[in-house]
Amino acid sequence: MIEIKNVSKSYGSFKVLTDCTTSVAKGEVVVVCGPSGSGKSTLIKTVNGLEPYQEGSITFNGVTVGAESTNMSELRSRIGMVFQNFELFPHISIIDNIKLAQVKVLGRSDDEAEKRGMELLERVGLSAQAAKYPAQLSGGQQQRVAIARGLAMDPEAMLFDEPTSALDPEMINEVLDVMTALAEDGMTMMVVTHEMGFAKRVADRVIFMDAGKIEEDCTKTEFFDQERGERARLFLSKILTH
Amino acid sequence: MLDELDFSVIWDNFHFLLEGMGLTLWLTLLAIGGGIIFGTILALCRLSHIRLLSFVAGSYVNFLRSMPLILVIFWLYFLVPLVIGRPVGTFYSVLVAFVMFEAAYYCEIIRAGIQSVKKGQIFAGQALGMTYKQNMQYIVLPQAFRNMIPILVTQAIILFQDTALVYVVGLADFLVVGERIATIENRTIEVFLFIAFVYFVMCLVGTILVGKLQRKYAL
Repeated sequence: MIEIKNVSKSYGSFKVLTDCTTSVAKGEVVVVCGPSGSGKSTLIKTVNGLEPYQEGSITFNGVTVGAESTNMSELRSRIGMVFQNFELFPHISIIDNIKLAQVKVLGRSDDEAEKRGMELLERVGLSAQAAKYPAQLSGGQQQRVAIARGLAMDPEAMLFDEPTSALDPEMINEVLDVMTALAEDGMTMMVVTHEMGFAKRVADRVIFMDAGKIEEDCTKTEFFDQERGERARLFLSKILTH
Repeated sequence: MLDELDFSVIWDNFHFLLEGMGLTLWLTLLAIGGGIIFGTILALCRLSHIRLLSFVAGSYVNFLRSMPLILVIFWLYFLVPLVIGRPVGTFYSVLVAFVMFEAAYYCEIIRAGIQSVKKGQIFAGQALGMTYKQNMQYIVLPQAFRNMIPILVTQAIILFQDTALVYVVGLADFLVVGERIATIENRTIEVFLFIAFVYFVMCLVGTILVGKLQRKYAL
């Protein structure tokens, strides 16, 4: 579904991504991990074209991301994305956050969007908060709304860019639970995260990045149980002991 | 000397003064509306990735901000009829001058407002499949304007005071009407005291309003 081939990106002379190649199949859950600054957030943002890349190619269901002929808005509407800082729209209510793109991008009627929005709020356990504004919700609640907002577009895949990094520890699980349920429903997911417990439970594959390169790209079993490169082992030993 | 003051001159000419104030407020309102619309377009051009657009908008803003308002009013008083080919009346040529001049200031305010919206918000809008226009319309500008309300109102108060400059082309605003009454009735001190008092009260109310709005719309 997502094909990333020999992708490189640099800011001036600084190489953020070097020759990255990987793929995500339909229904697959792929966790991307690695130390900060390793380029994992940049990689996931290139998938829906929020970050341009200079070399290589990325295709989503055969459509090339960032090509002149590609309608990027249309393509993005088919890929959900959840951000580290939630990025709910602070000036409109929770339900309007979920309705906005349904109405303006997909052309759904107000009633339809409202119905779908309430369904999804129900699913993430927040239907009682529909009329509130983002600032009135906790971080964990905001992130669940952000997930619902992405799902409301009925995306073919979901991208998660460190969805729990900005959360207080006690709120991490409520978000991971929603993501786990989503994975169990068969959603195609690419998840940048440090939550190795989530990776162990849910991921099909794990990608380990360091210094802009994909160092490991293997099944979860291989990644956690078997021999790995020195950097990946070091990284794991650092975050798993906590 | 103070006991010689006779403020009945104000009441006797109240409807003239009211008409003058009507024109002042009408001009202020239209200039704010036009200035904000034109200023928003300028700001979007300045922030555009298209070099030519941002250069033209930037030059326009820098040029007009280097000009005294009174000169712009004068110029357009003579220029607008020439460009259009027929007289348009003092009010409209003055209005065009104010819109063009204020737009340069509003542009800079709005540009800062747009830049005050976090990049992540734009990403979030884009990720949902919104086009540049939709993102601006529904996500960026509503937040930008909320952040800008206090400074926009402050600029409106300055504009309200600046409308007194239409004096140079003899448009019958509050100040000009007052000045005529003062001359005719020979009551300069009373009339100008009253005019100053009115400007003061209206601007004070505006300033208090800024504080209220600031609290109400803060995100």
